[in-house]
Order: sequence, then C-alpha cells, then structure tokens
Amino acid sequence: MRLTILDTGHGFGTKALFALIRAVSRQPVLDVIRLVRYRPDFYGKPMQRVTHEAMRGPSPWSVADRELMAAFVAKTNGSEWCTRAHTAVAQGAYRDEAKVSGVLSDLETAAIEEPLRATLRMLRKVTREHTVDADDMRVVLGAGASREQIEDALAVCFSFNTMGRLADAFGFFVPGPKAFEAGAKYLLARGYR
Amino acid sequence: MSDIREGRRAVVARILEGDGRASHADRRAAFDNAGLGEPLQSLIDKVAKSARDVTDEDIAAAKKSGLSEDQIFELVVCAAIGQATRQYETALAALDVATKKTEKE
Repeated sequence: MRLTILDTGHGFGTKALFALIRAVSRQPVLDVIRLVRYRPDFYGKPMQRVTHEAMRGPSPWSVADRELMAAFVAKTNGSEWCTRAHTAVAQGAYRDEAKVSGVLSDLETAAIEEPLRATLRMLRKVTREHTVDADDMRVVLGAGASREQIEDALAVCFSFNTMGRLADAFGFFVPGPKAFEAGAKYLLARGYR
Repeated sequence: MSDIREGRRAVVARILEGDGRASHADRRAAFDNAGLGEPLQSLIDKVAKSARDVTDEDIAAAKKSGLSEDQIFELVVCAAIGQATRQYETALAALDVATKKTEKE
C-alpha cells in the first residue's frame, strides 16, 4: 500500500476489527477492507452502498453474472488485484471455475449465452476506450440483452472501474489464493456492506 | 433492476462538496482530470487513464510537492470516480439514443 494511512491510519475500533478478521479467517486483512474502512464517511460508506446495490440489488443478471462482469472489467483494466479477487467470487457464485476462466481467457469462445457475451464486449469497450455509441448499444440489444440488463451491467462497470483504479493507484498487496477465497466467501454471504 | 442513481449522486456529492483535507477546487479538478499543477496532474491523469501504471515514485512526487497522504487519498478517489462517471454517463446516453430509435421503429 503506497499510503501509510491506508495501512495503519485507522482508529482503535477498526484496528480491533482487523484483528478479529485475521483471527476468524486466518488470513491477512485484504487491502480493500483497509481502504473502505479508512475515513469511511468520505469514500467507503457511500461507495459500498452503490457497489452493494450494483452487485446484490434486484437484477435480471445473477450475482454470478455480475461478479463475472466485475472480474472482466478488472482484467480489461489490467488490475491484477481486482481480477484475482472477483475471479474467486465469480467462480464461487457459479460453482464453475472453467466457465469463469474461459471468459477471462477468450470471451469469443467461452461457453456463455449471447446476451452476456455481447454485454461483456460492450463493457470492454467502455472500460478500454472510455466511450461507446448508440450503434454499440444496438448490437447488445440485438443480441438479446434488455435495456434493464444493460443498465445494470453499466452499474457494475461503474463500481469496478472505480475500484480497480484505486487498487492499482494505492498499490494493493496481492496475497495468496486462500486470502481471496476467504474474501469471496464473505462477499457471497454478506455482500458489499 | 438495480438502482444506483441516488447512491451515485450521494457519493459524488460527498467527495466533491463535503468536508475534506484537499480543497474543493482541487477535488473537482481531480474528478475532471483537468487543471491541476504538476506533479499532481500526471498522477491524476494516470489514475484516470491507466491506473496500473501508477508507481511508488508518482505518489512520492505528490507527497514531495507538499500534499499530505490524506489529500492524496481524497484526490485519487475523486479521479477514479470521475473517470468511472464519465464512462458511465457516456454509455447511458448512448443507450438512451439506441432505445429511443428502437421504440420508433
């Protein structure tokens, strides 16, 4: 972590919480938790509300689909931390590791439905080029995705284009797979609150 | 469907208009990725355009220019949310155009 305040600048109660997390999970506290718990009124609390709604709110997409979108946006940004974190969550949610790794390695040949594939292509363009036009959207609609599905996918895209930038800019420590598995279990049980 | 409108409005209002250690003007400039002095502008531009390329040196240079860690924290958050906001709003506008046309047809 490039800012000392994000590593050790938390209040006493939050540090006690971190100690509890370490004791219960037997894993290091993920840097994302350090980030959202640092001066939480500024960023963590209001942003977690957005992310929870995008990832766990009512939607025609499943939780697994949305976690896959998060991992895919992270991969597109080249954010190693976020890609690992949300690959673990998506694999847990689908209970299908191959499906997730298939999408992340080659979207075009992956075994997924066309509306999801077209939506992911569009999210890749938004993420990589920062822009899309109406023709791009017509392609996604034509592949069978509804307006609601596209809007919900863009909400996921918003959250993870924010999160990935912060993970990379602040230099999140990339722990081993067990720490991400523990984080994934938590996110699937409790969401982003 | 999920509804992030109110939540998104609240987070943007909080980071740009609420209390903070960085000035309101600098937070707005970081959000817009425009109008900051060096070396901060380079850091903010990287956060917006290619955050994976941010280095320890970029953060060290911002600190050396006199910014506190809390100010850097706030400005980087503003830059990240600002870029994600532009992406999101551009995409929603494109979707509006596409769905209006579809309805007419």
